[in-house]
Amino acid sequence: MKKNGAQTFIECLIKEGVDTVFGFPGGAVLPIYDVLYDEPLRHILVRHEQGAVHMADGYARATGRPGVVIVTSGPGATNTVTGIATAYMDSIPMVVFTGQVPTALIGNDAFQEADIVGITRPCTKHNYLVKDIKDLPRIIKEAFYIATTGRPGPVLVDMPKDVLMASAEYKYPEKAHIEGYNPTYKGHPGQIKKAMDFILSCKRPVIYAGGGIVLANAAEELCALAVKLNIPVTTTLMGLGGFPGTHPLFMGMLGMHGTFTANMAVMNTDCLIAVGARFDDRVTGKIDEFAPYAGVVHVDIDPTSISKNIRVDIPIVGDVKAVLKDMLKHLGAAASLREHKKGLDEWHKQVDAWTNAHRLSYKQEAKGKIKPQFVIEKLYEATKGRAVVTTEVGQNQMWAAQFFKYDKPRTFITSGGLGTMGFGFPAAIGAQVALPDATVIGIAGDGSLQMNIQELATAVQYKLPIKIAILNNMVLGMVRQWQEFFYDKRYSHTCVSVAPDFVKLAEAYGAAGLRAKTPDEVVPVIKEAMAIKDRPVIMDFKVDPFEDVYPMVPAGQPLNKMLLV
Amino acid sequence: MRHTISVLVTNEFGVLSRISGLFSGRGFNIESLSVAETLDPAVSRMTIVTRGDDKVIEQINKQLNKLISVIKVHDFTGEEHIERELAMIKVSSNQENRAEILSIVDIFRAKVVDVSPRSYTIEVTGDEEKLRAITELLRPFGIKEYVSTGRIAMARTPKQR
Repeated sequence: MKKNGAQTFIECLIKEGVDTVFGFPGGAVLPIYDVLYDEPLRHILVRHEQGAVHMADGYARATGRPGVVIVTSGPGATNTVTGIATAYMDSIPMVVFTGQVPTALIGNDAFQEADIVGITRPCTKHNYLVKDIKDLPRIIKEAFYIATTGRPGPVLVDMPKDVLMASAEYKYPEKAHIEGYNPTYKGHPGQIKKAMDFILSCKRPVIYAGGGIVLANAAEELCALAVKLNIPVTTTLMGLGGFPGTHPLFMGMLGMHGTFTANMAVMNTDCLIAVGARFDDRVTGKIDEFAPYAGVVHVDIDPTSISKNIRVDIPIVGDVKAVLKDMLKHLGAAASLREHKKGLDEWHKQVDAWTNAHRLSYKQEAKGKIKPQFVIEKLYEATKGRAVVTTEVGQNQMWAAQFFKYDKPRTFITSGGLGTMGFGFPAAIGAQVALPDATVIGIAGDGSLQMNIQELATAVQYKLPIKIAILNNMVLGMVRQWQEFFYDKRYSHTCVSVAPDFVKLAEAYGAAGLRAKTPDEVVPVIKEAMAIKDRPVIMDFKVDPFEDVYPMVPAGQPLNKMLLV
Repeated sequence: MRHTISVLVTNEFGVLSRISGLFSGRGFNIESLSVAETLDPAVSRMTIVTRGDDKVIEQINKQLNKLISVIKVHDFTGEEHIERELAMIKVSSNQENRAEILSIVDIFRAKVVDVSPRSYTIEVTGDEEKLRAITELLRPFGIKEYVSTGRIAMARTPKQR
């Protein structure tokens, strides 16, 4: 039977296993929305297309399944760009479907026309313009295949309206075959052996794990390797949860706002084992002084990540899960392992000494202003860590990374690479849609939250019991901190004290609003919020506007030049 | 160092901008670029001349390989290969210097492809050095127009049996 493009499209999504799409209708995608009227799959109606992409992103990060977005042409499509770039930088599997003006009008500056394939070329893993309905099923198959395999990433498919309305017989292909795309999954056995021999010969090893651990579902293998070899572990922001945050071998996050222990360990290690990480500038600080004594082993599925920023001694291209499994197989007899572990005693003593010298800390005075770190710790205690936490970008993000402990992968969701303010709240919606029974906490700043506050209506519409915790300092905190440290306290345009009353705002949308002004109000507010199960709740914590994030490695400095509390 | 890189790509719209966008977006430079269909109409070949240190060239190779539309990347540097460019040079001429121009054309195994009372248009093929040499010799006569292709390259077949 012949089907039109829109029906074919929806059927292909269902065959691909898609259960939820995030979208916003418009002229060019009317044929699709007509099919969606019969509810063949769940559609979450957002209030702004950027929100849809961040939701799909949150959905993907929480589950590992690709997020799916449907938007219209022109402004609908261009509004997705920030979300797509966010997903691209963090390698999140996602497929974005955009409507396009009819093929005959493309290039004519038609109403709501934008060259979205051209615009998103540098921020997608790949993208397509469907010119013929006959190509649609194949392209959808390829889009999902590309988005979810190798180093994952967003793929965009642009569909002109006439293609959506044309009819054709179709068959959804079983498999995608793309000549120029064959990711390497298995690591080179010779390199793996070389790496293991090297690791076992070193006395001060460190594992530096990134978001690749989470993406590849390799947390178990990483933990097994670290424990068997007794190697201390640090993770990047993206890697949090990839190694248990409460594990004795965990040193905390490294980098600009990393722990003293993690940064000192990296600066003194003789063997840096980088797994699914990419030596981002926020991690390395001054690049030519990074890990000066280390032989570097780098495991990554993306060959371009290897030797991009720093020289690598033993590169291993492959899926980190597969490579870690092979590394575990290489471990020798128990006796030689015991010998190796004993040789690390001195190193562990040194690591412990660093930890004891400078722990992450802050001082909460009973009668003083609420400290933002205190709020995070109380959220952690209230949930016993069993929650999915999303963050915005800035100080809130760093405190959420430092003071909440993530024991499981996919429980910490943040925009690491692009650093997109406005990400956390819609991402929390996406995570809650994916995991209806989970406790989802969106840690927010008052600045970031307002960048996508319109999605409160979406959260209310679908009765999502997200807990939004605003660390409300009435400033753009991270920028203010830089102005305090590096711009002579000239607080140029970072004061955002003209803001809505967030409690009233929540109520205006039909959500719950709570406020804590003093430290003793924090726990009761959290308790009350946790009890609300039928709608989102905003907790407005009035925190100390002059609190800074420590430690801090000033931009361009080596990691051991930390500003400490 | 200068590298000549051959890239096989799927012959589809937008593929040129994927390649050129990669170069501009990552700050790599393109000295010349030539593109044409191969014997298989589904595949095009791009020959790119670029410049960079080893680290940059390694990234260029890897980043090109990462593009979904790229089938194969081959860097000719360090191996025996033939490089060719084609130029058309319109040079001023008059009765006195015609013979001299023609002898230059002859020496370089070039061809006169258009004649007018005041000019010759010369077609010449060769590597960069040869094109530069003939250009320098013709310059004194007055070059009115100069058009050249990008470079193309092909590996030499090994001579051993």
